[in-house]
Amino acid sequence: MAAASAIASTPALAWKATLPYRGRVGVIALILTESAFFSIFVVAYIFYIGKSLTGPFPKDVLSPPIVNTICLLSSSITIALAVRALRTNSIRTFTIWWFVTFALGLEFLAGTALEWHRLIYREGLTISTNLFGTTYYSLVGLHALHVTIGLLLILLVMIFTVLGYMDRRHIERTDVLSWYWHFVDAVWIVVFMTVYVIGR
Amino acid sequence: MAGSIEHEIAIGRARELESVPILEKIHEWVVTVDHKRLGLMYICGGLLFFVVAGLQAVTMRLQLAMPNAGLVPPEVFNRLLTMHGTAMIFLVGMPILTGFFNYLVPLMIGARDLAFPRLNAFGFWLWFFGALLLYFSYIAGDGLYGAGSAPDVGWFAYAPLTERAFSRGNSTDYWILSILLTSVGSTATAINLIATTFSMRCEGMTLSKMPVLVWLSLVVSFMMLIALAPLSAAQVMLLLDRFVGAHFFDTQAGGSAVLWQHFFWIFGHPEVYILVIPVFAFASEIIPVFSRKVIFGYAVMVAASGAIAFISLSVWAHHMFAVGMTPAGNSFFATSTMLVGVPTGIKIFNWLGTIWGGKLRLQVPMLFCIAFLFQFLIAGLTGIMLGVAPFDWQLTDTYFVVAHFHYVLVGAIIFMIFAAIYYWFPKATGRMLSERLGKWHFWLFLIGFHLTFDTLHFAGMTGMPRRIYTYQPGRGLDTLNLVASIGAVLQAVAVLILIINVVRSLRSGELAGDDPWDAWTLEWSTTSPPPEYNFATPPVVRSRRPLWDLKHPEDPDWRYE
Repeated sequence: MAAASAIASTPALAWKATLPYRGRVGVIALILTESAFFSIFVVAYIFYIGKSLTGPFPKDVLSPPIVNTICLLSSSITIALAVRALRTNSIRTFTIWWFVTFALGLEFLAGTALEWHRLIYREGLTISTNLFGTTYYSLVGLHALHVTIGLLLILLVMIFTVLGYMDRRHIERTDVLSWYWHFVDAVWIVVFMTVYVIGR
Repeated sequence: MAGSIEHEIAIGRARELESVPILEKIHEWVVTVDHKRLGLMYICGGLLFFVVAGLQAVTMRLQLAMPNAGLVPPEVFNRLLTMHGTAMIFLVGMPILTGFFNYLVPLMIGARDLAFPRLNAFGFWLWFFGALLLYFSYIAGDGLYGAGSAPDVGWFAYAPLTERAFSRGNSTDYWILSILLTSVGSTATAINLIATTFSMRCEGMTLSKMPVLVWLSLVVSFMMLIALAPLSAAQVMLLLDRFVGAHFFDTQAGGSAVLWQHFFWIFGHPEVYILVIPVFAFASEIIPVFSRKVIFGYAVMVAASGAIAFISLSVWAHHMFAVGMTPAGNSFFATSTMLVGVPTGIKIFNWLGTIWGGKLRLQVPMLFCIAFLFQFLIAGLTGIMLGVAPFDWQLTDTYFVVAHFHYVLVGAIIFMIFAAIYYWFPKATGRMLSERLGKWHFWLFLIGFHLTFDTLHFAGMTGMPRRIYTYQPGRGLDTLNLVASIGAVLQAVAVLILIINVVRSLRSGELAGDDPWDAWTLEWSTTSPPPEYNFATPPVVRSRRPLWDLKHPEDPDWRYE
C-alpha cells in the first residue's frame, strides 16, 4: 500500500519540483514594487535639484559617506557567504558571517544617524528648511527605514541561531531574506549616486 | 484511502448544515485565512460601498436634475463628488475585482489556497479598515480646527489645494491614509496572486494551459506592483508636507504642483487598466461558455493584455494636456494613447470571433457580456477622441470627460462585475440567481445607463463643466440633465432588483449543482460551494479545458492543443 502510493505520487512530486519556491517569487514581486516606490522619490529628488529658494545647499553641507557605503556594500558579500555556509550546513561559519552582516548594517545606520545629527544641529538643515532638506531626508530616510527593517529581520534570524534552531532546512527562507538585503544595498547605490554625486 | 476522503467530505457537509451560534460564525469569518471566504468578504464589502457611493451619485444627479436646485449646498456637493469618486475606485472596483481573483485563481489552477494565506487576510483587513477610515472622515474630519468634514478635494486631489494652508482640518488626511492603506492591501494581494500563479499550479497546469482569467490576473498583479507604488509614494510625500512641513508640493517654497499631477497619473492611468483587465478576464471566461466554443486566439488574447499593460504605463500625461506641456510631450502621449487602442481592438475582435458561429445561450451573464462589448467599444472610441490633444483642450474638465470614463467604469466594468456575479454566484453559494429578475435587472440597468451617460456626452459638448453643483436655466442643459437624472434613478432601481434577487436566491434559490453552466474550468469540478480544501484529490490537467476532457473522454482537447 505504502509502496503503491509512493509510486503513484512520483509524477506529482516531480511536477512540484518544477515549480519555484513561493517565497522567492514573493520577494521578487516585493522588490519590483519597492523599486517603483523608490524611483518616485529618486525622480522627485532629481527634479528638485537646484530648485531650493534658500540654503543650505548640498555642495556646502554634504560629503560622501565613503566608510558607510563600503560597510553596507560589503554586508552584501558577507550575507552571501553566510547563506553559502548554511547551504553546506556549516552553522559556525554561518553564524560568524551573519553576525558580521548585522554589525556592518548597524554601522551604516549609526553613520546615517551621525550625519543627520550634524546636518540638523550644526548646519541647521531640517526637512522643512528647503526643497533640498525635504527631498534629502525623505529619500535617505526611506532607505534607512528599509535598512532598519532588514536589520530587524536579520536580528530575528540571529536569535534563532543563538537558540540553536538554524540548520539547512531553513535555507530557502534565509536566502529570500538575503535577496531583500541585496536589494536594500542596490538601492543605496542609486541613492548614493543621486544624492552625493549628481545632486552635489 | 478514497473512502476516508469521502467520509471527511460528509463530515464537512454535516457541519455546514448544523446551526452554529451567530457569534461563533462571525468569529470564524474574522479569523479566516481561506481564500474563498476572504474573496467573498472583499466582494461583499465592495458591494456595500457600491451601494453607499451609488446613493451619493444619485444625490448628485437629483441636485443636477433641474437648474438652480437647492437639494445640497455647494460644499456638500464637493464632498459628495470626492467621496463618490474615491470610493468607487478604491472601495468598490479594486476590492470586488481582487475579491474575484482571490476566490477564483486558486480554484482555477487546482490549488488548495493562495501562496500566503495569512498575508491575504492581512491585506483584506488593511483594505477594510482603510475603507472605513474614508467614511469615518464624515465624523472626524473636523480635526482640532473645526474645519471641514469629509474630503472635498476631488478624487485626484490636485496640489496645492491639498496642502495645509488650503485644506484645513483632517479631511484630506483621512483621504490620504485611506488610499495609502487600501493600496498597500492591494499590493499584498498582487504579490500573493503572482506567487500563487507561479508556485501553486496543479500537476500538468503549465503556464500555457492556464485559463485566460489566471493569465490576466497575473498581468494585473504586475501592473498593481508597478502602478500602486507611485501613488503610495506621492501620498507619503503629501503626508510629509502636511505633518512635518516638507515642501514637495508647496508652491510657495518652490515645490511643483505639476509634479503631483505626474505622480498621480502615473498611477491613475494604469489604474484604469488595473480595473478593466479583470473584467476582460471575466468576459474571456463567460463568453466562450455561453457561445459553446473555445476562446478564439488564446495566445493573442494573453499577448494583447501584456501589451496593454506595457503601453498603459506610458500614456499618463494625456490627462494633463491642459497643463501646457511641450509639443513633443503632447505628441508622445497622444501617440501612445492611440497605440493602446490596438491591443484593445484585438481583444474585442477575439471576443467577436469567439461568439461568431457559436451556439449562443442568451442567459443573464451573456447579456451583460454583449452589452459590455458594445459599450466598451464606444468608451474606447471617445477615449481616442480625448487622446487628440487639441480636442482635449476643448473638452477637458467637461461632462464629455465624465461621460467617457463612466462609459468605461460603468458600461464596461460594472456591467462585467454583474455578469461575473450571475455567473459565479451558483459556485459560491450553491444556488442559482433568478433568471427572470436578472433580465429585469439587465434591461433596467442598460436603459438607465444609456439615458444617463449618452446624454452627458452632449451636455459636455454643449459646454457643461464637471464638478459644478448647479447651472442656470436656458443654456441648453436642462433637458439633458433631467434625462440623465432619470437614468440614474433607473440604475438605482436595477441595483435594488439585484439585491432582492441575491437575498431571495440565498433563501430559496434553485439548487445549482456542481456545474450549472456546463463549463470547462476547474472551479466547476468541485462542489458548490467548494469545501475548505477545494479539491478532495489534487486535479491533474492535460489541456486548457480540463472539464471538457473529463466530460468527453472520446474527444479530449489535449489531442488538438
